[in-house]
Amino acid sequence: MTTSKREFSVIGRPFPRVDAWDKLTGRTQYADDLTLPRMAFGKILFSTQPHALIKRIDVSRAERLPGVLAVITGKDLPIQFGIMPVSQDETALAVDKVRYVGEPVAAVAALDEETAEEALTRIEVEYEPLQPIMSIEEALQHPEPRIHDYGPEGNIHKLVSLEFGDVDQGFEEADHVREDVFFYQGNTHMPMEQHAALAQWDPGSGRLTLWSATQTPHYVHRALSKVLELPMDRIRVIAQPVGGGFGGKDDPFSHEICAAKLSMLTGRPVKITLTREEVFYAHRGRHPVLMWVKTGVKTDGTITAMHFKSFLDGGAYGSYGVASTYYTGALQTVTYKIPNYRFQGMRVFTNKPPCGPKRGHGTPQPRYALEMHMDNLARDLGMDPVELRLKNLTGPDHTTVNWLRITSNGLRECIEKVLEASGYRDKHGKLPEGQGVGFACSTYICGAGLPIYWNDMPHSEVQIKVDRSGSVTAYSGAIDIGQGSDTVLAAIVAEVLGLQPQDIKLVTADTDLTPIDLGSYSSRVTMMMGNAAYEASMKVRETLFAAAAEELGVPAEKLEARDRRIFVTDDPEKGLTFAEAAQLAEEKFGLIGAVGSYTPPKKLGQYKGSGVGPSPAYSFSACVAQVRCDTETGEIQVEKIWLAHDIGRAINPILVEGQVEGSVYMALCEALMEEQVFRKNVHKIPSLLDYKTLTFKEMPPVETILIETDEPRGPFGAKEAGQGPLLPVMPAVANALYDALGIRIEELPITPEKVLKALEDKLKGGEGRVGPKGIPNYEFPEPIRVEPPQEWKR
Amino acid sequence: MHREATLLHLRVNGDDYSVAVPPHKTLLEVLREDLLLTGTKHGCEVGECGTCTVLLDGEPVLSCLTLAVDVQGRGITTVEGLAQNGELHPLQVAFAERGAAQCGYCTPGMLLTAKALLDRNPRPTEDEIQEALSGNLCRCTGYLKILEAVRLAGERLAQGGHTP
Repeated sequence: MTTSKREFSVIGRPFPRVDAWDKLTGRTQYADDLTLPRMAFGKILFSTQPHALIKRIDVSRAERLPGVLAVITGKDLPIQFGIMPVSQDETALAVDKVRYVGEPVAAVAALDEETAEEALTRIEVEYEPLQPIMSIEEALQHPEPRIHDYGPEGNIHKLVSLEFGDVDQGFEEADHVREDVFFYQGNTHMPMEQHAALAQWDPGSGRLTLWSATQTPHYVHRALSKVLELPMDRIRVIAQPVGGGFGGKDDPFSHEICAAKLSMLTGRPVKITLTREEVFYAHRGRHPVLMWVKTGVKTDGTITAMHFKSFLDGGAYGSYGVASTYYTGALQTVTYKIPNYRFQGMRVFTNKPPCGPKRGHGTPQPRYALEMHMDNLARDLGMDPVELRLKNLTGPDHTTVNWLRITSNGLRECIEKVLEASGYRDKHGKLPEGQGVGFACSTYICGAGLPIYWNDMPHSEVQIKVDRSGSVTAYSGAIDIGQGSDTVLAAIVAEVLGLQPQDIKLVTADTDLTPIDLGSYSSRVTMMMGNAAYEASMKVRETLFAAAAEELGVPAEKLEARDRRIFVTDDPEKGLTFAEAAQLAEEKFGLIGAVGSYTPPKKLGQYKGSGVGPSPAYSFSACVAQVRCDTETGEIQVEKIWLAHDIGRAINPILVEGQVEGSVYMALCEALMEEQVFRKNVHKIPSLLDYKTLTFKEMPPVETILIETDEPRGPFGAKEAGQGPLLPVMPAVANALYDALGIRIEELPITPEKVLKALEDKLKGGEGRVGPKGIPNYEFPEPIRVEPPQEWKR
Repeated sequence: MHREATLLHLRVNGDDYSVAVPPHKTLLEVLREDLLLTGTKHGCEVGECGTCTVLLDGEPVLSCLTLAVDVQGRGITTVEGLAQNGELHPLQVAFAERGAAQCGYCTPGMLLTAKALLDRNPRPTEDEIQEALSGNLCRCTGYLKILEAVRLAGERLAQGGHTP
């Protein structure tokens, strides 16, 4: 898309988000805020066993409790579902077998919540325990008992083995080869809003409505249809404004399906809200990943080959795990030119809550590994770590060896700006003992290039209606999870039509009223919904201009929409108000409406697995972290973060800064403290008190630098902001710690205990490293050999 | 199940309510379920996150740990009571201008905790703001825009509450 050179009236301006007033006055209705007449309350009984056969469930005592309306178990909802077509391995309630503590086993609807809770205590479940499998190592050591009866072998869920170019030859050409091993502990989204869903079955029309806190109403719609055996046109899914998602509300969930089923059985609306502890068990968060990376370089730093292996601890179900596995190997090539690249990945099943997508989906773990590995390589070569990266940077208009097409690429400028702002060059290696700076860079997709289920239809569609009052309504399936998608939609429509964002009425995320948007995941909404909104608005503008041109006696090309008017560019006095133009257009053409659709460009790669990684565009970030570490206590204080982000163009800089700051915050939590860990098969810390995150007091200042590269495929040149800026922060902190103390913490989170252990090791003459010793001795299948693109051929 | 209900008289945002509820109900539950004041949110229901904060005679309390029966006769302020006579509180204006609310879920608790701070100390230092709000968790913003907004609102309040 070519963007006009004229000054924008909305795009790029720091206006308040369109939903600000509702959110600041308590008017926004989140899913749990809804009540309906005759509403009943649902509660779910969760498994107390990590791995067991269900020998017997007796619900009769629960059913007899006064006030109980219905009780359901796995046999009432036996149809399997799952977010990915290849992993339809979940049921809403366990059938015959449970696979983690916290797995839904039965559900109750009652007149009030307390009765529902009481009823749960009256359900008897008899389990026959099976051996629990709680780690990657255990999953490989114990192919039996199998957690699922599918997957390549034993408890392996997914295996990937790909090679682009000739890696062995690349290593032979190298002057230096280095191997490193890293571990990234799992962690969870912890949105402040607990998951909630309200279902209403209408027996008269045979229709079901579900209001839910979901990032993906369309996928929930599909799952409900499958499990309930209702055609999709009988189901309406409305996503309420989401009180924080971060990927944690991307899957269809048991409580959504149970609420629907219980409503169908009782003829009443049924609401289920998870408790905080239940949210920790619902999870779908960051996979724990063990990684091994081997890179060959020339003495000048040029990379000749890379081999990357990842082992993902998937938890008990598939969720997005197949995609997550590929993502741990997909984007290494987008920041650096890697002429020969082998990626081997494995996801195992374990008896823990399922892992899935969290902010950065499958890419923060390998990015942490890669960026620490780059610093290690630079030291081996006696090179400055930034120089090593600059030596290997990809650029704009580049196709990677694994067939990803990069259009705009502002990484070089991000690096320059972030170094300058942070004074990195004056600080690196020069600060007093205990203080240091670290650097890292990264990239992220602006929307997955492929939909989750295979189809050739658009990924996002927007409809716009204008009536004679001059009122403009935009209809979009996109759901605002706090990232500001409503504001982006309003801004784009307003810019094109010469209005202000608050002039645009929005109808969003309602499968009866709005066209499709695949959901608020993979940083896709600004790119995809934005392009669809742009197309629809341009069509509406054409109609308005045609009517106005006739009235004003000028060709339509001479017109401009701005300041709520349509006027002649060279003679601004000559024009119409927007409402006048709308009336003229309605007289002339009838109801004014238009649609826009967006489908990403076709992927270039033709190999198995080439569906993960392609995106219309890639964002880039560069980060400098400055830390101070207390060598007595091991406590790390992050003093400041500088982050430069290639945003393409900021639709609204306040929102973009908010995404960058929020990403930095979440990244620091992951770098320093967050861990979803288990003890005796149960979550060790399923509470907001014990699951440590940064509070107001620990959050350091962040200096955000936005680099605008005017992405040719983005609406008004925009790219993503919600996930990419998280990625370089963890390795930048880890690299800063090396600069401060000469220690390498190659295992996240970097806790004070690990710092002290590394210091002690160093004191004893060791290398001052804490991290995994190695990777499982597993023979991956021969890689699928993929011909690299023409520009990489030797 | 039948439970004994107690008739409560609650004064919320200057309005007097009489409502019969079982005496073990928390203020959070009564506000949301009986008075339909759903602006007050919950993030844990066990006193760990600050999301459900309301003001009791001007002081922040966790409504999830407060029994409604205990706060009869006290002045309760929720987010719905922040704007007065159709005019937004300077904190609300500053939060909007600075992008201090993203998903908005922790926002009511943040606003009320910040109001209590500014009411007793209109010109708090950065440390004082961080200390006062450190019991309110937010997962979206990284706290920085909230910090800016509270400081800005404080400055405006100190100058007589004028907001542009």
